[in-house]
Amino acid sequence: MEEVLFFGSAIGALGGAVGVIALRNPFYSVLALIVHLFSLAALFLLLTSAFVAAAQVVVYAGAVMVLYVFVVAYVGGGGESAWEPIPGQRFLAPLLGIALFVELSVAVLSSSLLALGTEGPDVKPGFGDPAAIGTLMLEKFLLPFEASSLLLLLAAVGAIVLAHRRREDNAPDAARSGEGDTPSKHSTSRLEGVSPSPRATP
Amino acid sequence: MSIEWYIVLSALLFSTGAVGILIRRSPLVILLCLELMLNAGNLALVAFSRMVGNEEGQVFAVIVMVVAACEVVVGLGLIVAIFRRRLPLNVDDLRELRG
Repeated sequence: MEEVLFFGSAIGALGGAVGVIALRNPFYSVLALIVHLFSLAALFLLLTSAFVAAAQVVVYAGAVMVLYVFVVAYVGGGGESAWEPIPGQRFLAPLLGIALFVELSVAVLSSSLLALGTEGPDVKPGFGDPAAIGTLMLEKFLLPFEASSLLLLLAAVGAIVLAHRRREDNAPDAARSGEGDTPSKHSTSRLEGVSPSPRATP
Repeated sequence: MSIEWYIVLSALLFSTGAVGILIRRSPLVILLCLELMLNAGNLALVAFSRMVGNEEGQVFAVIVMVVAACEVVVGLGLIVAIFRRRLPLNVDDLRELRG
């Protein structure tokens, strides 16, 4: 039973990964990545890590992928050009990938980790459940936990700064004409920067 | 299932993501391939955590997820900024910093 689940999830994960790099339309790539993430969550469950599997589904497949879908819908999936700066890049890259896979496998499997061939030790029933992970995070790994929260805050602020619609980008004339006005009108025209009114556009 | 199957699968997924980064041009798909590689690293972390019977590797995996979410947010913000400036969404055309 475990073998069936493992190979089913492995095929799903690998198929999703190949779909991400092979599909032309970025929207289909995002959908393939969602398949990949769900299969990976099943693999995490097989490894008795319930909390990581739940976080994978909720955070990745739930939140991050929705963000991706929105950006793909906003940017639009343009076709990629066939021009290659390095000749034969499309054939060299899979060769390098196979070499990387062989190298990684040899490096790990030929190591002296004797427990690699086993299924791991028998663990107590609460292994990897949210209580155990939460205890570890708030006691032993408190500093990395707080640092990651700070990192999330910084990333959110950075994304807002990056994707903020600057008024001089799209309507330089309107921005210049708005500067000579009274402060009250200036503040209202800044509010309208999200959806420019016909009055503000030249 | 023995742990080495998970490790080999993780290496395979990592290589797939690396090939994707090498052959795709769109920065959006390159970000997706980065996700693939980070998730392969997560799978290896969780598999090793199961191998030693200790949950600390799973905390590592959760932190990696946080870092991946931050990377996605900043990367997508960059892509939206590139798109707003009407620059081409192609990593071969965006070569101003190359000197």
